[in-house]
Amino acid sequence: MKHLIDIKDLSVEEIDELITVAKDIMANKEKYAKKCEGKKLATLFYEPSTRTRLSFEAAMLDLGGNVLGFSSAQTSSASKGETVEDTVRMVGGYADIIAMRHPKEGAPFVASLKAEVPIINAGDGGHCHPTQTLTDLLTIHCEKHRLSDLTIGICGDLKFGRTVHSLITAMSRYSNIKIVLISPDELKLPDYVKRDVLEKNHMEYVETNDMEEYMPELDILYMTRVQQERFFNEEDYIRLKDYYILNEEKLENAKKDLCIMHPLPRVNEIAVEVDDDPRACYFKQAKYGKFIRMALILKLLEIK
Amino acid sequence: MNIDSIKNGYVIDHIEAGKSFEIYNYLNLGELDTSVAIIKNAKSNKTGKKDIIKIDENLDINLDILGYLDPKITVNKIKDGKIIEKFHPELPEKLVNVVKCKNPRCITSIEQELPHICELTDRENVVYRCKYCEEQVNR
Repeated sequence: MKHLIDIKDLSVEEIDELITVAKDIMANKEKYAKKCEGKKLATLFYEPSTRTRLSFEAAMLDLGGNVLGFSSAQTSSASKGETVEDTVRMVGGYADIIAMRHPKEGAPFVASLKAEVPIINAGDGGHCHPTQTLTDLLTIHCEKHRLSDLTIGICGDLKFGRTVHSLITAMSRYSNIKIVLISPDELKLPDYVKRDVLEKNHMEYVETNDMEEYMPELDILYMTRVQQERFFNEEDYIRLKDYYILNEEKLENAKKDLCIMHPLPRVNEIAVEVDDDPRACYFKQAKYGKFIRMALILKLLEIK
Repeated sequence: MNIDSIKNGYVIDHIEAGKSFEIYNYLNLGELDTSVAIIKNAKSNKTGKKDIIKIDENLDINLDILGYLDPKITVNKIKDGKIIEKFHPELPEKLVNVVKCKNPRCITSIEQELPHICELTDRENVVYRCKYCEEQVNR
């Protein structure tokens, strides 16, 4: 039985396989409509999430399965002090697969130690969010038709942004990737990610706080939100939240086939006027999220 | 000051002065029935002062933790009054309930019964990370 806790749990070959299946699902929805008939997905969401939970549920429903679960810790037995381990042991008796979102880092890993059904980490604090990374990889593959030979700008909160760390880790396994890190000094990529991922894999990277400096070179611009929930200090959040706002003017020198991504929700960091730009891919990206989750559910349930 | 030499057991030498109690506690030596001597501020040619711990029994103690606490420590294994082995403990691959993860976002911060597990992720720079949240833990 396999779990997905960290994107590193999947080999490059497994990711390729998931992308292939996701693309096949997109092209042949009918073929997959009953693949999970009689199966149940439990979504255990200890903190609010719209996109991730709905995309997991939509994924399972589109595979012909059913869903059950809770969407906040207050409506679960966690409010009575039940441990994560006990909850998943119990839920494992009701469902065939579990997607877990938890504000505490490492909670899905703890769950996987005792679970009798596959566990998918649907985000654990600022730690990992592997299905977002799979979504990002599918988006890049669909939009650029490759996962190598790319210059990727990543902008915003590079310190706390879990999607950023996972994306960089995932991209480190492909060739000829250049990463442009765009952030204010306070939200720079942590040194250990630079050392353990970028430098260890000899990846080319630059750091800047000027959003436009490398714009003409970029194949992908990955925008992120400064997340209020990751700050202990309200003042720091207010000071940094509007540091970068992407608008049409800033995109003037960008490539015509730039792919603008964002894990969503967006707050102010992308002006609404950019939504109509053909280079804006973030809503498509959210849609791709359902298809890669469908492929993942099939893989973990070992359904061909 | 004289402390009897031991026949069979361990001499943990070159402990940084003042750290012997910390090591005594980490090794749970308080639970032993045998004689244990802590020598504080002994004269050292290299560092001026050092601490030493003598344990008068050949017990099966997991000394790996010493490598994590202070790699300069020397362990002498004594048999029949003679040193039969002298070594610097290696850095252990895994530490269980030795250091606590201090990340307030870690699952261990709310689920108290979980063992605190840290793994060695970078031997060269002596980096241990929490098994759950992967945050670096400090000595």
